[in-house]
Amino acid sequence: MGFDYMKYLREEKMPHIWCPGCGHGIVMKALIRAIDKAGLDQDRVVVVSGIGCVSRMPGYLDFNTLHTTHGRALAFATGVKMADPTLHVIAVMGDGDAVAIGGNHFIHTCRRNIGITTVVANNSIYGMTGGQRSPTTPLGDNTSTTVYGNADPPFDISALAVAAGASYVARTTTYHAQQIERLIVSGFENRGFSLIEVIGPCFVAHGRRNRARYKSNLDMYREEKETAINVTATKGKPQSELMGKVTIGVLHHAPMPEFTDEYQKVIEKATHVRTI
Amino acid sequence: MTEQRETRRIRFIQGNEACAEGALYAGCRFFAGYPITPSSEIAEVLGEKLPRLGGRFIQMEDEIAAMAAVIGASLAGVKSLTATSGPGFSLKQENIGYACITEVPCVIVNVQRGGPSTGLPTGPAQADILQTRWGTHGDHPIIVVTPSTVAEMFTETVRAFNLSEKFRTPVVVLADEIVGHMREKLVVPATGEIEILGRAKPACDPSEYRPYDVSRGDVPPMANFGEGYRFHVTGLSHDATGFPTSDAATVHADQVRMTRKIYGRLEEIEKSEETETGDAEILLVAIGSTARSARSAVRLARERGLRAGLFRPITLWPFPDARVRDLAKKALAVVVPEMNLGQLALEVERVAHCDVPITGVHSAGGEAISPAQILAAVEKAVVR
Repeated sequence: MGFDYMKYLREEKMPHIWCPGCGHGIVMKALIRAIDKAGLDQDRVVVVSGIGCVSRMPGYLDFNTLHTTHGRALAFATGVKMADPTLHVIAVMGDGDAVAIGGNHFIHTCRRNIGITTVVANNSIYGMTGGQRSPTTPLGDNTSTTVYGNADPPFDISALAVAAGASYVARTTTYHAQQIERLIVSGFENRGFSLIEVIGPCFVAHGRRNRARYKSNLDMYREEKETAINVTATKGKPQSELMGKVTIGVLHHAPMPEFTDEYQKVIEKATHVRTI
Repeated sequence: MTEQRETRRIRFIQGNEACAEGALYAGCRFFAGYPITPSSEIAEVLGEKLPRLGGRFIQMEDEIAAMAAVIGASLAGVKSLTATSGPGFSLKQENIGYACITEVPCVIVNVQRGGPSTGLPTGPAQADILQTRWGTHGDHPIIVVTPSTVAEMFTETVRAFNLSEKFRTPVVVLADEIVGHMREKLVVPATGEIEILGRAKPACDPSEYRPYDVSRGDVPPMANFGEGYRFHVTGLSHDATGFPTSDAATVHADQVRMTRKIYGRLEEIEKSEETETGDAEILLVAIGSTARSARSAVRLARERGLRAGLFRPITLWPFPDARVRDLAKKALAVVVPEMNLGQLALEVERVAHCDVPITGVHSAGGEAISPAQILAAVEKAVVR
């Protein structure tokens, strides 16, 4: 028997809002499969999102789901996790959501290592609002707010997470669909904050404005395939060969104490002090 | 784990500490905040005491995050609090609106200081009166309580939690720097002495649960995350199922219902205190620390043979329209002292319908208003 996706989907909420060719469905499929593979109890999973195209994902998923304000998913998720650390808390965000308006929450949640598995679907554009430049739009690209070419340098989301102290950082693309699932599963296994960045296309709001590179939606997936290099294959390669490449795989894994575990020790200390 | 106490305790403490004690008494077990003068003591006390009771405290990266975390924790079933002052209260407005539209119970303390912007960090003010009502965008109801004493910092925080759970709404405790930092006697009630309310839980099977089912009243029963109900929460306009809708009739009806759930049950929400209002010709209306000066001014005026009386809203929002209208009708003049340039007076004017002259006594420089200043305004009002 094939995989039972309907177990995890709110079928009556279909069709979804995503455009033809969008990568968000690939991310959703991988997330569902990863949750199933990890054997998480459906009633104990909370999926939190912010605002934007991919943030509509929780509405389609049959878990406890929380669609919050723009950029704040991780702050809401932190409250959920603190209130009940036994819940499996997952956050889904876009690039603008995660590292523009939500940038402060993003770096602090990385640093805090609280148990939230975070999937950032990075399509380098504000899709829902009509294709404005995002904090990951490449230099020179045309968007609705950079009609002469983007002069505003982009963030590398994964590098930002590593620098901010995240204990698990992985990256792949929507072309590497099966790898997304594997990386989310290993993100679940990391005790603490895990970031899985998934680079994806937005042909409708981004690709169409940059026809020189993208004749069609397929060119965007082709670019994902051709620019990706697995982190294991980068070893020993000179920097010059890695120019223009996107490193994928588990980029960083450095286990450290999880925040709610550490706070449990605070509770024990405080209770002990009181009984002396 | 709860702190059970068989007997009352008498303490001499600060208003902000009393607020923290009230939160614990009400069953608050989560606090998220960000340091800000003059409310930081609330966070400091809860940072120490929450873990002793098995609760949790977190200092977030900013005020916005603190408000978000409080809503997240409440959705997971834990009574939650944040505390701040003007600049932080401005930042929290985004997610206060989220709590309004999603109907998530939570309590926000605003210990007012001078503004706008950074203003007077250590000076008192009452200039957030209208912001507590209309600070976040869009139509929304909200409940705001205004303590005037250290004892009320305790009891009104307890009441704020009860109201928030009962009505599934954010509730603001609007204090001012004077009430927050002054020290007075507090009689901490024994466990059980004040009734503590929790949210109404769904009785239906999880498969039939609709998070905004108002078929049995305007306040829908609320499940917690993790209990098997698997519901959706969104800041988008939604229908009874909790999922987004842009159907005009549905959204309009829900906005009306959300306002009615508060404004339709005023008798359970309103609370006020009156001093010598029975025969008052000069009506004073004041809140918070200013009401203390106003009460002294009433005594001084009475000693001079002037029939002054004080009406003090303890529930500030919804505004006590009916009672203020009745009292204003009987009065020859109304005096509204407040630490701003005239905000409470706007509400008094609205309900008094210009039937009576209204004078303000203002202080916007971070200084309390003295009884003598209020008395002078009362005497002037009589002459006029």
